[in-house]
Amino acid sequence: MAQAKTQFGYRRHPDQDRSGASVAEHPVVIVGAGPVGLSLAIDLAQRGQRVVLLDDADRIGEGSRAICFSKRSLEFWDRLGVGDRMVDKGVVWSVGKIFHGASQLYQFNLLPEEGHKRPAFINLQQFYAEAYLVDRTAQLPEVDLRWRNKVTALEQRNDRVALTIATPDGPYQMHASFVVACDGARSSLRQMVGAEFAGQVFEDQFLIADVKMTAEFPTERWFWFDPPFHAGRSALLHKQPDDIWRIDLQLNPDADPAVEKQPANVRPRIERMLGHDKFDFEWISLYKFQCRRMAKFLHGRVIFAGDSAHQVSPFGARGANSGLEDAENLSWKLDRVLRGASPERLLESYHIERSAAADENIRESTRSTDFMAPVTKQEARLRQAVLSLAKETEFGKRMVNGGRLSVPSVYDTPLSTEDRDEWRGGPRPGASMPDAPMADRNGGSTFLTDAFIKQGTRFALLEFGNGAAADVPEGVGAIRVGGDGGLVDPEGLAAKRYDAVSGTSYLLRPDGYVAARFRKASRPALDAALARASGLN
Amino acid sequence: MALSTRSNFAKPDDAFRAVVEAHRGLSEAQSADLDAALVLVLANHIGDIDVLHEAIALAKRRVLDSSQQQQQQQQ
Repeated sequence: MAQAKTQFGYRRHPDQDRSGASVAEHPVVIVGAGPVGLSLAIDLAQRGQRVVLLDDADRIGEGSRAICFSKRSLEFWDRLGVGDRMVDKGVVWSVGKIFHGASQLYQFNLLPEEGHKRPAFINLQQFYAEAYLVDRTAQLPEVDLRWRNKVTALEQRNDRVALTIATPDGPYQMHASFVVACDGARSSLRQMVGAEFAGQVFEDQFLIADVKMTAEFPTERWFWFDPPFHAGRSALLHKQPDDIWRIDLQLNPDADPAVEKQPANVRPRIERMLGHDKFDFEWISLYKFQCRRMAKFLHGRVIFAGDSAHQVSPFGARGANSGLEDAENLSWKLDRVLRGASPERLLESYHIERSAAADENIRESTRSTDFMAPVTKQEARLRQAVLSLAKETEFGKRMVNGGRLSVPSVYDTPLSTEDRDEWRGGPRPGASMPDAPMADRNGGSTFLTDAFIKQGTRFALLEFGNGAAADVPEGVGAIRVGGDGGLVDPEGLAAKRYDAVSGTSYLLRPDGYVAARFRKASRPALDAALARASGLN
Repeated sequence: MALSTRSNFAKPDDAFRAVVEAHRGLSEAQSADLDAALVLVLANHIGDIDVLHEAIALAKRRVLDSSQQQQQQQQ
């Protein structure tokens, strides 16, 4: 069975010798060194912020946990300098197949077009992702990662948060201008601020078994309704690196977790599924899940991100990926506030944008769960009708819900400037930037997402066409496609994906979302859009 | 109002009869299965979520009205 993959040493920090009026003051303390806390710390550090990152454990790597990381998450990790490592190790996939009984109902492709740097998804055990992120923090002197530091109390004051932290050497105090709670679904910080975490509890139980075996199945997501090897319930099979396969079996609501978890009882179920016994268990877990979120992601100077703020069912890969989207959304805003470039109310847009995304993720994953585990007799009947119609109709296939996989939300946000020009396509304000293949001046191939990273992951104006360069406000990067010295759009895909003609421009936020777009940008219009996206009006 | 409640069939009796006859000879469970499939097929053909919501609201009022009547009769 799985062992801890990486162990880290506790080290005493000079902050622990300070007390009273001399306690350490930090701009940002992040609690929880999981994928979300680590990614947020790296992003803030790359923006020049000093970050203290606390974790109550001293190891990562118990079980695979999250395994599907989305294109959007990979693009974020590219900005953090860890994308290549994740993709090199991960299993790339974009195709899913849905079976009913013994026969295939249909298959879908989550990224049916070429011309993107990153695939629709990779599968990668969470402990690898965390290990690569920890390695990256070691290259950044701004990140101060402290293991076996557990927050036991917090007190909100006017301009700071006072934290009490337990360590193997006893407790110490620390102050932070902002605290970000990335401490997971059982967040203790959430309890400390007294926030409720209400939502829907699902009664069905699911068994996860990660097994090690050599097999020739393709790297696709296979999902069964009522398979011959697991009658009446659902099942999932999905490949991870190192010849590990994720198997997820729906159990009856009244199954006894203690009994079902025992390898001796799991083994025959997996044997029935695989038709052989040549596998070893890597990890077994039994779970029930809830769909819920905090009413507010901001509690004074304590900000919640990832599972601490919202929880979804696992079908759709919306847990870790939405937490990473929280981190990329929060990072640039918190950086601007800490630098005094934007007022604190910019942080409210984090709550507005990410709580709406959480609602969308909860809605989608609840629908998937209800489809897999119908509650009433009539619900089961409607599901059966869909499954049987799917055999001979296209609409039936599209109604079958075996999990709708994570895609980035489109934000309805006060930071966006409404379209005034005519558009027939392209990402609207509030949507994330689509990628496209590009060539640089020397004919070298690159991608639009790379060009965005190259100009500094800050506000940037993406301009198309041969005309004179737009008068870009100070501090805003420029990405030019076409014209002298600009990038070349070799297949015209960038122009197509952005509905661009000569003169078209997009103002991109530091997280790669569209703030505004123009057929012909004027300086006053750009200034106004930039001020709006920065929370300055 | 997106939902049309005008009489759309030249011969409404034919339409009613077609549905009734589809259920002939079926058990209650089979009839329920047929209705479930039929609703989904027709909903997809309409392909307009506003019309579907209005149709559901109109149909559901009958269920609620009749349950209220039953309650009143019991009182």
